Amino acid sequence: MANNKEVRETYYESIIKQGYSRRDFMKFATYIAAYMGLENSMVGQVAKSLESTYRVPVIWEHFQECTCCSESFIRSDHPIVADIILDKISLDYTLTLMAASGHQAEAAKQSTMEKYKGEYILCVEGSVPMGDDGNYCCIGGRSAKDLLIEAAAGAKAIIAWGSCASNGCVQAAKPNPTNATPIHKIIKNKPIIRVPGCPPIGEVMAGVIVHLVTFGRLPELDRLGRPKAFYAKRVHDSCYRRPYYDAGLFAETFDDQNAKDGYCLYKLGCKGPMTYNSCGTIKWNNGVSYPIQSGHGCIGCSEDSFWDNGPFYERLAKVPGIHAEGLADDIGKVGAGVLAGGLAVHAIAANISKRKELKSRINRGKSNEKDIDS
Amino acid sequence: MKKIRNFKRVYVWELPVRIFHWLNVLALFVLVITGFLIANPPALLSSAEATNLHSFGIVRFLHFTAGYIFFFVLVLRVYWAFAGNRFASWKAFWPFTKKNWNNFWHVMKIDIMLMNEKEEDITKISIGHNSVATLSYVVMFLLALVQIATGFALYGDMASWWLPKMFTWVIPLFGGDFLVRSIHHTAMWLFIFFAMVHVYLVFYHDWLEGRAEVSSMFGGYKFVCDERLKHADHEVEIKEEGEIVASKKY
Repeated sequence: MANNKEVRETYYESIIKQGYSRRDFMKFATYIAAYMGLENSMVGQVAKSLESTYRVPVIWEHFQECTCCSESFIRSDHPIVADIILDKISLDYTLTLMAASGHQAEAAKQSTMEKYKGEYILCVEGSVPMGDDGNYCCIGGRSAKDLLIEAAAGAKAIIAWGSCASNGCVQAAKPNPTNATPIHKIIKNKPIIRVPGCPPIGEVMAGVIVHLVTFGRLPELDRLGRPKAFYAKRVHDSCYRRPYYDAGLFAETFDDQNAKDGYCLYKLGCKGPMTYNSCGTIKWNNGVSYPIQSGHGCIGCSEDSFWDNGPFYERLAKVPGIHAEGLADDIGKVGAGVLAGGLAVHAIAANISKRKELKSRINRGKSNEKDIDS
Repeated sequence: MKKIRNFKRVYVWELPVRIFHWLNVLALFVLVITGFLIANPPALLSSAEATNLHSFGIVRFLHFTAGYIFFFVLVLRVYWAFAGNRFASWKAFWPFTKKNWNNFWHVMKIDIMLMNEKEEDITKISIGHNSVATLSYVVMFLLALVQIATGFALYGDMASWWLPKMFTWVIPLFGGDFLVRSIHHTAMWLFIFFAMVHVYLVFYHDWLEGRAEVSSMFGGYKFVCDERLKHADHEVEIKEEGEIVASKKY
């Protein structure tokens, strides 16, 4: 570690070097601890970890993606977030933002992978096309699949940024021509944090990274591998329009008075009731707003296969397994009608086929009554 | 003119079975109505403030309450499958016996396909459930487990009690709320289909056989003819007061 200390700085040293004051640093530690859902008393621990921990090398791979995750991340509320992670000091390799290019860039990545084997964090933005030998996405002449497997081999942990890396997102929507595959279905032997969203919230991304750095281990994950601190609640359950939902006050169209009054967008296909994310609490763009607050329903971007989960502006239940036109209520109504008709036909047929039996039973009853009378 | 038949009252459905049946009917009725309302709520023409209204909350409350009733009467029925008489026993529902399948094909031929026997085989009449009915109840029981699991899973995230929270693993199993909700909604339609066929067939049997199929679920008594009872030594026994009940031995 001694010679490491010469070349590596702690996060605190990097931050001070960037020109931030101690006061800025403490504000950052407080703010990020709050986002991570930590107690007030933990702020000191966060600050101490950032002061004493050497920066963790980060390799950030870009595969089938639109870079909206990176865009979201660099717009994170606090400037230190972008500086400590995305600055050239901290981030060893990222196609989009690094100064180096071509062979130099690839060489930088190779040297990080060798030097910090088992220590670096691999961030993956985008899904990996597994169809046609992975030829749909190549970087520096090598397929995304190869690059991922190589980079994952020496990684301490993998963060799957966004819905592409977590769920496949739009390129994995039916019929998924490139066989776009999320990271956890390819890499099985490394801890993977899935941070879905299209994009994920910048503060959530920062919170995940700072948790890894300050505590040296993964944040608490749910069964789908998502950090519980950010994905434990539905957007609906933390939505400020929830009282309208409970009152039964809904907007019927986007231009009616109810929509103007800020009523619940449930009937306009809002996917908030099925979507696990922090949009209702952390919000976007420095906590300014989030889709529902801006008058548009949630589209469920952080849920698995959200492009295939039905229209964005209607609230429908599909029959599982039937993809097109498989609306449960349409099929159910037709089914109930056919069934009622079938039962009516059966009832008529029964009276014809069993007429002798019916007649004999009635006659038996009559003669029984006669016996009783006599 | 056929032989005159005498019918005897046989106590078939005990009180817990009847309580289960009617509470289940009530719960299902409320669940379906409120379920449709939750899936597609009607426009509420009110200018009241949200603070002063809780109408949709009440619909949801009724749905959850009926869900609990649905769950607990099912627990009661499972208990009674071990404690109740032979007609309510789990053994009556066990489909993997030769006797069961013989009866199954008999009922399919006579009551579903409406074929007639040359000579009515009196021993084929079921005193309790027939084998087509038991099979349909087994299927509905499994479907009820699906509804309980998906319903409590969707509800569990908001609940503060451990019981619905026990089912939260269902959501990640299906990858998210979307699929779970679709399963829950689609399975509800199967309950509606079942209820239609079930009510029809009960009316059918009562109309055709005159054995009090309908009223037996109120009073517990069915009527069984003398000749059938002669073949029912192992199924029923006559108590001292002359009341005919399910026999203890199986």
